[in-house]
Amino acid sequence: MSTAQPLPAAPAVSPKAAPAPATPPIVEIEKLDFFYGDKQALFDVTLGIPEKQVTAFIGPSGCGKTTLLRCLNRMNDLVDVARIGGGEIRIDGINIYDPRVDVIELRKRVGMVFQKSNPFPKSIYENIAYGLRLHGIKHKDKLDEIVEKSLRGAALWDEVKDRLHDSGMGLSGGQQQRLCIARAIAVEPDVILMDEPCSALDPIATAKVEELIHELKTRYTIVIVTHNMQQAARVSDQTAFFYLGKLIEFAGTQKIFMNPSNPQTESYVSGHFG
Amino acid sequence: MKRFFDSELDAFRSHLIQMGEKSIEQVRGAVRALVDADVELARKVRAGDDELDRLEVLIDEEGVRYMSLRNPIATDLRLVVVGMKAGSDLERVGDEANNIAKRAIRLAAEPPLKEYIDIPRMAEIAQEMLRDALDCFLQHDNDKALAVIRRDEEVDALNKQIYRELAGFMVENPATISRALELMFIAKSIERIADHATNIAEEMVYLAKGEDIRHNDELKKGPKAE
Repeated sequence: MSTAQPLPAAPAVSPKAAPAPATPPIVEIEKLDFFYGDKQALFDVTLGIPEKQVTAFIGPSGCGKTTLLRCLNRMNDLVDVARIGGGEIRIDGINIYDPRVDVIELRKRVGMVFQKSNPFPKSIYENIAYGLRLHGIKHKDKLDEIVEKSLRGAALWDEVKDRLHDSGMGLSGGQQQRLCIARAIAVEPDVILMDEPCSALDPIATAKVEELIHELKTRYTIVIVTHNMQQAARVSDQTAFFYLGKLIEFAGTQKIFMNPSNPQTESYVSGHFG
Repeated sequence: MKRFFDSELDAFRSHLIQMGEKSIEQVRGAVRALVDADVELARKVRAGDDELDRLEVLIDEEGVRYMSLRNPIATDLRLVVVGMKAGSDLERVGDEANNIAKRAIRLAAEPPLKEYIDIPRMAEIAQEMLRDALDCFLQHDNDKALAVIRRDEEVDALNKQIYRELAGFMVENPATISRALELMFIAKSIERIADHATNIAEEMVYLAKGEDIRHNDELKKGPKAE
């Protein structure tokens, strides 16, 4: 909260009351053009995502926000007609589209949580241990340790500790989504991408995931795509507004929701759009 | 379920309480400065007004921010709206205390017109009203808020009494006019402070019940009035 002078005897203001400090970007998107076949989906997007903060991408359907999110761990490689037309994306200074980059390693560092929870049809334990084994961790004690740590990190441990060997598919929607978050953090990524992680959840499960996002940002950089503007306002430190493939405005969330600079941003966040 | 942004509402609440405490302290100091002809204390009160101004701005900033980012509903929404209005009332209480302190400095330079009895008594009631109104903020206590509102009449009656008394002084001895006028304005300031306490109490009824009782004389005067 920016007051002219500090208050003499004010009680501690919550940290969230202050605008997020500008930390150096861990993800740098520079002049990115992106195409699906002939159709350009992103136009000259330049954006720096600060480390250990939550950055929200908002905008109407088709604005390119999910496309951009999927560029950040090269999920778009899986789409035949998708290609980068210009510009680059650097994570920790490394161009992730460099041919020498190991995509598997990249996706370990940049985890993803999807709109619809997608646990493997295996036990809760195996949902997490499976990926760890692929990354060469075989020792049972070590696996046990990471499984517990990840489930605790995803605020799910207390709910599932007595049934770790039951199927992950038997959990509620909100628990499944937190299981997917546990799976994402098990490999200790730097960045977690979340594509509409709460859109299939009820308000209580949503609040739990939002609470979790708030906790996770002390350890991870989080990028979240959401159609729910209140959610973006609640959980994010930075917000980027996209429209028709262009980045219209990127600023602290408080700025975007209280006093956006661009009239298009204003009309979108205030619901006057279209 | 505790929400991660509840700490923001806690901070907002505690800033309002802090502002309430400070405004009561300002009123107490201003009236004490008058009674004791303590110019130094009066100056201290005047300097203390800045803190209330800063807290008012802070509370408004926090309130607008909370409404923009947290989508408050029901009690949370009423808390933010009421907190911002009460902050504005408390800032005005501070202004009245400031006025009293200013006049206390002028009066201290002259012999006292009379022993001050009714003015401190009136100020005591106004401070109690403020204190009770703020308690309602913490306790969401509707009955206590209504009691505050009903006490406003006591203050109004004392104000009228002081007026009559001071007018008597002026008629008898024109040399007392400037001092009597200062005291009339001081009484008026205290009467305004009680009005702000009444406003805050009305706001607290809205906070507790969601009912707007402003401009409803029947409800405010209570069943026993007549």
